[in-house]
Amino acid sequence: MLAFIIYKLIICVAVFGLSLAVAAYSTLWERKLSALLQDRVGPDRAGPFGLLQPLADGGKMFFKEEIIPNVSNKFLFILGPSLVMLTALMTGAVIPWAKDAYVGGKLYSMQITDINIGILYLFGVVSVGVYGIMIGGWASNNKYALLGSMRASSQMISYEIAMGIAVIALIITSGGTLSLREIVEQQDAGFANIVWQPLGFIIFFVCALAETNRAPFDLPECEAELVGGYHTEYSSMKLGLFLFAEYINMFISSAVMAAFYFGGYNFPFAQELYDAMGLADGSKWIAIIGFGAYFTKIFLFISVFMWIRWTLPRFRYDQLMNLGWRILLPLSLLNLAITVVVEFFRGHITF
Amino acid sequence: MQLTNRSKVVSNKVQTAMEQLYLPGILKGMLITGSHLFKRRATVKYPEETRPVAAVYRGWHVLKRDENGAERCTACGLCAVACPAEAITMESAERKKGEEGLYREEKYAKVYEINMLRCIFCGLCEEACPKEAIFLTDRLVDTEYEREDFVYGKSKLTEKVDKRIDVSKRQTLEVAEFKKLPGLKHNEMWDSKKIDKGHKH
Repeated sequence: MLAFIIYKLIICVAVFGLSLAVAAYSTLWERKLSALLQDRVGPDRAGPFGLLQPLADGGKMFFKEEIIPNVSNKFLFILGPSLVMLTALMTGAVIPWAKDAYVGGKLYSMQITDINIGILYLFGVVSVGVYGIMIGGWASNNKYALLGSMRASSQMISYEIAMGIAVIALIITSGGTLSLREIVEQQDAGFANIVWQPLGFIIFFVCALAETNRAPFDLPECEAELVGGYHTEYSSMKLGLFLFAEYINMFISSAVMAAFYFGGYNFPFAQELYDAMGLADGSKWIAIIGFGAYFTKIFLFISVFMWIRWTLPRFRYDQLMNLGWRILLPLSLLNLAITVVVEFFRGHITF
Repeated sequence: MQLTNRSKVVSNKVQTAMEQLYLPGILKGMLITGSHLFKRRATVKYPEETRPVAAVYRGWHVLKRDENGAERCTACGLCAVACPAEAITMESAERKKGEEGLYREEKYAKVYEINMLRCIFCGLCEEACPKEAIFLTDRLVDTEYEREDFVYGKSKLTEKVDKRIDVSKRQTLEVAEFKKLPGLKHNEMWDSKKIDKGHKH
């Protein structure tokens, strides 16, 4: 029992640290990539190639003066960013990072928990994240913050519907399972889900951009019109938590997309490679190589997220709502219908 | 009635189905930004790298010393007069006994200041100088936190005895020859022979 608790504790801390580290270095990569896309050099002063830049940024955040507005509700004001950060970190719990591996003669799963309603859990936790933004914006007692958080919540709720329907289609393709592990595993034998769900992937991707409040759907923080949106009144590390949570969300949604549509830790000819290397099932090396493959996919997704941010201008609010309700929602329903027909002919579902 | 020919027909063109898809347009835009990944950066990483400058670049001034290490400047004030930006001020002092190694002539600049924010780096001071004392060099003026710090005194202008600054690029042969021309008024004025003969101008 104790060994079990220690193992879970280790993997929890590992995923926690991984999320934070990836988020921290995403900020650096974002700045670096934006610089590269704009023919600049980007941060290169802190440490070799600017590798210590995230630490410097974090340090700066900590040393900034902490201001809590007099007129704000102090409890809610602090609860807002905490909730956003909490939910962002909680989503990492159901993601399978690598294949099971034997460590010291015992088979360990490289996942915090494999619950059979993983997708529901994911959606539930992400939805709670909206409360963090909403509470933060409300407690600030500032019209810009309130407008920003209103935008954030209505945007996230609108896009969650199309996203949910796209995921239903995905679940049908994956044989009706809600467990992320099983979704990833069943892509091992056949093709990755992107082959059966190209439209679903595009819908999911667009919705993921909106859910993480990334450009071109970054209306909630929209510097040009809302000063800073829901985090207008925030300063110091509370602001840092909001900004940081966005990067963690980006990391997690990249991980989820890679798992849902691109086979997670699987990659083409993986089994052939493992056979050629003489690795038996459950080998540590399989887990490590799989983790590397998974991370490459996540890295590519994060880069595409950023690439889009530094290419496209922001949507207007009515355009955003139009896209969500009048284009993506019907499109996702259409995708669902097509999926049902295709899966019927593939023989996965019967009536 | 048409008043000018500058009127334009307003286009309210409806988007085609292809344009309404947005995705091709988005991809096109992303390829444009993506192509910039492989373009050359225009950044010069100062101070590790410096932009190449012409051999006769006019930057941070230097007050030269002669072969023996004595300051050449005699505080005649011609540079200050020549300066169109009125950036140069100086105070003169008389050389005392025992200071012959420090100052070349009987009079020297006790204070010599150039306001680097006023200076336009035209090089007229250098042209006016009869003693070959002031030169502009290819060094860039440092950044400072306070405006006052841009007023460079002798400590920042005079060259160090053990760290001579090469101004031969600015002091081209032509310039050196030109300064020796007997017809030039300032050369005439400071020509020691003529002073010996009692010529006064």
